Amino acid sequence: MLSIQNLEAKADEQAILKGISLDIKPGEVHAIMGPNGSGKSTLSNSLAGREGYQVTHGSVTYEGKDLLAMKPEERAREGIFLAFQYPVEIPGVSNIYLLKAALNAIRKHHGQTEVDAMDFLQLVKAKIKSLSLDEQFLYRGVNEGFSGGEKKRNEILQMAILEPRLCILDETDSGLDIDALKIVADGVNALRSPTRSFIMVTHYQRLLDYIKPDVVHVLAQGRIVKSGGPELALELEARGYGWIDPSLNH
Amino acid sequence: MSASQEQIDNLIQKEYKPGFVTDLEADTLPPGLNEDVIRAISARKNEPPFMLAWRLKAYQQWLTMREPDWAYLDYQAIDYNSISYYSAPKVKEAPKSLNEVDPKLIETYKKLGIPLHEQERLAGVAVDAVFDSVSVATTFKDKLKEAGVIFCSFSEAVHTHPELIQQYLGSVVPPSDNFFAALNAAVFSDGSFVFIPKGVRCPMELSTYFRINAANTGQFERTLIIAEENTHVSYLEGCTAPMRDENQLHAAVVELIALDHAEIKYSTVQNWYPGDEEGRGGIYNFVTKRGDCRGHHAKISWTQVETGSAITWKYPSCILRGDHSIGEFYSVAVSNHRQQADTGTKMIHVGKNTKSTIISKGISAGRAENTYRGQVKILPGAINARNYTQCDSLLIGPKCGAHTFPYIEVKEPTARLEHEATTAKISEDQLFFCQQRGLSAEDAVSMIVNGFCKQVFKELPMEFAVEAQALLGISLEGSVG
Ligand SMILES: Nc1ncnc2c1ncn2[C@@H]1O[C@H](COP(=O)(O)OP(=O)(O)OP(=O)(O)O)[C@@H](O)[C@H]1O
Ligand SMILES: [Mg+2]
Repeated sequence: MLSIQNLEAKADEQAILKGISLDIKPGEVHAIMGPNGSGKSTLSNSLAGREGYQVTHGSVTYEGKDLLAMKPEERAREGIFLAFQYPVEIPGVSNIYLLKAALNAIRKHHGQTEVDAMDFLQLVKAKIKSLSLDEQFLYRGVNEGFSGGEKKRNEILQMAILEPRLCILDETDSGLDIDALKIVADGVNALRSPTRSFIMVTHYQRLLDYIKPDVVHVLAQGRIVKSGGPELALELEARGYGWIDPSLNH
Repeated sequence: MSASQEQIDNLIQKEYKPGFVTDLEADTLPPGLNEDVIRAISARKNEPPFMLAWRLKAYQQWLTMREPDWAYLDYQAIDYNSISYYSAPKVKEAPKSLNEVDPKLIETYKKLGIPLHEQERLAGVAVDAVFDSVSVATTFKDKLKEAGVIFCSFSEAVHTHPELIQQYLGSVVPPSDNFFAALNAAVFSDGSFVFIPKGVRCPMELSTYFRINAANTGQFERTLIIAEENTHVSYLEGCTAPMRDENQLHAAVVELIALDHAEIKYSTVQNWYPGDEEGRGGIYNFVTKRGDCRGHHAKISWTQVETGSAITWKYPSCILRGDHSIGEFYSVAVSNHRQQADTGTKMIHVGKNTKSTIISKGISAGRAENTYRGQVKILPGAINARNYTQCDSLLIGPKCGAHTFPYIEVKEPTARLEHEATTAKISEDQLFFCQQRGLSAEDAVSMIVNGFCKQVFKELPMEFAVEAQALLGISLEGSVG
């Protein structure tokens, strides 16, 4: 599904990713942990094609295609979804309008017709209910005045509607209360399938109790310094990052 | 500059579409302005003596006036003697139906997408098309006649209804009002006239498309709309002009009069040539538009979408004279490249329990300057007058400017006023977010701009809403909420 080879990237003339290699197979869930500033969001942004993040070395192959050659919207239409660490507000543009525009852009890319208005409304209402968000959120401006937790749930709503194949969740669990965490985890688990893969950036083992990862990676100073099974997360929780590399002791 | 900034720049550097010139033989006066020119205009239009006297008086006043310089506008001085003040397409006789209209003219409108023949789109809309200075085609006349509505060119009304012209002309915007109003009064060539008699609800939207065509021709339109007691009328004005190198002056005057329980809704979509990226060419648009709520419970509502012109100087206003009268101003003003727009409104509260609403949305991109200038004046005795003002600015890119100048003058202690103002920028974060959801940057900008303008677009009649969206490159489809 996704193969990252020796990826190096910089932002603002500063080298941040210093050679990352990662292989993700269909259906797999990879957790990425690591100290603040280690490059987790930079990796997410580089995969999504954000301006300002310049890949200086390496390659990324997504479903057999050269991902780095694609524009950000093409990557999205090809099935890459980034749930943002800090979702942005777009006042005046209603949530439901954005959802519909996005879904139709993706459908068009795949040669499908625009979604039927009634079908769409039913689909959206069912999904929003499962995320315990009130229907009125559909008619408010995108993330406009949403609480931190509501913004995160709104990201999951978009993911559920757009049905991407590779989901990158950048700290979607941060800032969620215990009930909301459960709701978001259920939303993600409902989307798990043998053909859909996940990259989950998180600081907390807690999330991994709900969404069981296949592999856990530790990112430090722009490199993957350790990979392992779910037990690695438990060990990190107990011992911090210092035991992997003493230089990571704060 | 990051790539997404470049994308934004590309989006706002689209070329102006209606840039073509129709090749017609024109009957044009030589450039220059003096009493003889005014006499010639009046003679060519076969006007009664009262009109010539009115024009000449306005000209004398104009000679004593100075061009206003208080607006946030910067342009080369206009040489009023290098302009030709009259240009009419040559036709053997005035056309009685569309069939008699010069096919080239019809072709021009077709290129602009003006639906003189496409009646599906404007079904139920009477079109009084003003080509340069003379009305060439009027449709739906019979249906209006049946209702008792008079909708014709100004020059026709001067002949058929001189008593109404004499009673109302200049009663809202007197020639002495300002420099451009005086100039217009002296030299105006044509325009539209609407009269809605007592108790009539106009059975269709009235619509006029203006178009400036001949080179170096200033266009001076004059519109007069009178709504008697218990009436309702919705009037649409659309303007486009072909591409020109020299700046063209446009100084129109619009007067609206609403008597007791009358409602006038006046909507404008203006996309005159804005000049090129460096600010060469483009229309100078100095317009005086004012409505007088002369009766109690009268209502005048201005809605404008201004996307064109190099210079815009325009303040559609309401005098709320009658008790319980209502004034509204909804505006979207878009400026990009080197366009400059100084626009807003004046709400003058005279009567008791009068109410006004101002919603202004300014969008600037490129190196453009966009200014909102609004005055709310509550006179003594305007008991319980209320005003709500909201001015929002949206900036696209780092080199444009937005300015807000609200003037508030309250002489009545029971008045209540509310003012809100915001300035926002389309951020790279917003663009990337939209792209990450599968939208192109272009669609993302359209969507954000459209969302920003929603409050104003929903005030436009359907046909115009469509045109306005097209102008901003926007699709409103499904945008509920
Ligand atoms: N656009 C940018 N310009 C300059 N520096 C940047 C940019 N983006 C990230 N950085 C820097 O790169 C480093 C890695 O940032 P990144 O956001 O990827 O970390 P992170 O692992 O996601 O951290 P956190 O856990 O706090 O979210 C930081 O030092 C950050 O300041
Ligand atoms: Mg981060």
